[in-house]
Amino acid sequence: MGAPAMSASITIDDKNVPFSDGQTIMDAALAAGVYIPHLCHNPQFEPHGSCKLCVVSVNGRNMTACTMPAAADMVVANNTPELNRDRKALVQMLFVEGNHICPACEASGNCQLQAAAYYLEMQSPHYTHFYQPRAVDASHPDIFLDLNRCILCELCVRASREVDGKNVFGISGRGIGTHLVVNAASGRLGDTNFAATDQAAQVCPTGAILIKRQGYRIPIGQRTFDHHNISEVQMKPLEPEHE
Amino acid sequence: MNEQRKIRLATCSLAGCFGCHMSLLDIDEKLFDLLKIIEFDRTPFTDIKHCGPCDIGIVEGGVSNAENVHVLKEFRKNCKVLVAIGACAITGGVPALRNNIDLWDCFQEVYLYEGGLEGNQIPNDPELPLPFDKVYPVYEVVKVDYFLPGCPPSADTIWKFLTDLIEGREPKLDHEMLRYD
Repeated sequence: MGAPAMSASITIDDKNVPFSDGQTIMDAALAAGVYIPHLCHNPQFEPHGSCKLCVVSVNGRNMTACTMPAAADMVVANNTPELNRDRKALVQMLFVEGNHICPACEASGNCQLQAAAYYLEMQSPHYTHFYQPRAVDASHPDIFLDLNRCILCELCVRASREVDGKNVFGISGRGIGTHLVVNAASGRLGDTNFAATDQAAQVCPTGAILIKRQGYRIPIGQRTFDHHNISEVQMKPLEPEHE
Repeated sequence: MNEQRKIRLATCSLAGCFGCHMSLLDIDEKLFDLLKIIEFDRTPFTDIKHCGPCDIGIVEGGVSNAENVHVLKEFRKNCKVLVAIGACAITGGVPALRNNIDLWDCFQEVYLYEGGLEGNQIPNDPELPLPFDKVYPVYEVVKVDYFLPGCPPSADTIWKFLTDLIEGREPKLDHEMLRYD
């Protein structure tokens, strides 16, 4: 104490975390190796703030870390039992809203929804399952789109628009009717110029977008989150999980 | 040394594949240790048909028909601690893949349309339990005390869980043991 700080900093769970102008709490935390759970955030893209997993308590008020700019001397609570309980409830709601049947999913073991649930020690989805009918679109020669597993993080929307310059995906509807749509007159992925090499085909945190003929190339039990906690994995710049 | 009363354990499989039961048997020689402290009530291992008063009930599989509900309620009524084991009991699992397919379509596909089934009919014997429109996880039908996820949970996971429970600790699975697949 006493000496003037070289750069501004915030405090996350008693740890001093420096930040530079324009960084969000999430940016600063990721750079400092502090894990804040998140699903819709990926540092490659503009923050979206929809999954709410990254909600932290900033000077006593709850805010999404991925959208909140860091400001000098903020006191942030992150890894607390209360916040993690809320995060677990959010993940449980995602599980019952979609149709997430891990044993029958190619992404199992590489799925960030599943890994976040492991991190938050989810034993069961707790809430009543919706079992909503959702469509599977297998019209594309190289890519499956399985809306049963879509959590509306909009990463594919952002990647397709911002990186691939194709605008293949969008979000339509409101409230519980919100759903991912494909930008083609037919609404089918096969009628777009979407390609397996597109960034949008790599960023899905769950198994909603799957590259065909890769399925079980890496066996269950040898996958990323079979042996690594998501808190270690997401500290590194995110790489495609579906390789 | 006082002869301690053995812990009474019941197990059943509803809409499951018995994989969790196989995984329980996979604890291999530890079964001898287990049998020193527990005795089985209703389970496929004893072939006892109805569950009496028990300390622990372990339920595999989701609820897909009326008989599943009767068995599950019998377990809940008789077991002090009810454990849902495996993906099917906890989320409906693979059988729940039928939840978004019309039940009648399912039946026609299985009993009528498949090649070589000419002249077949959809079974309707009154002894057959009435199927439900959907497969439900057990916690949506009765209160469940503990969940043991996995498809199936490994023998080591089951052993860790059971020893925690029997020895009076809150069952806790570390990261490598907590799995949904």
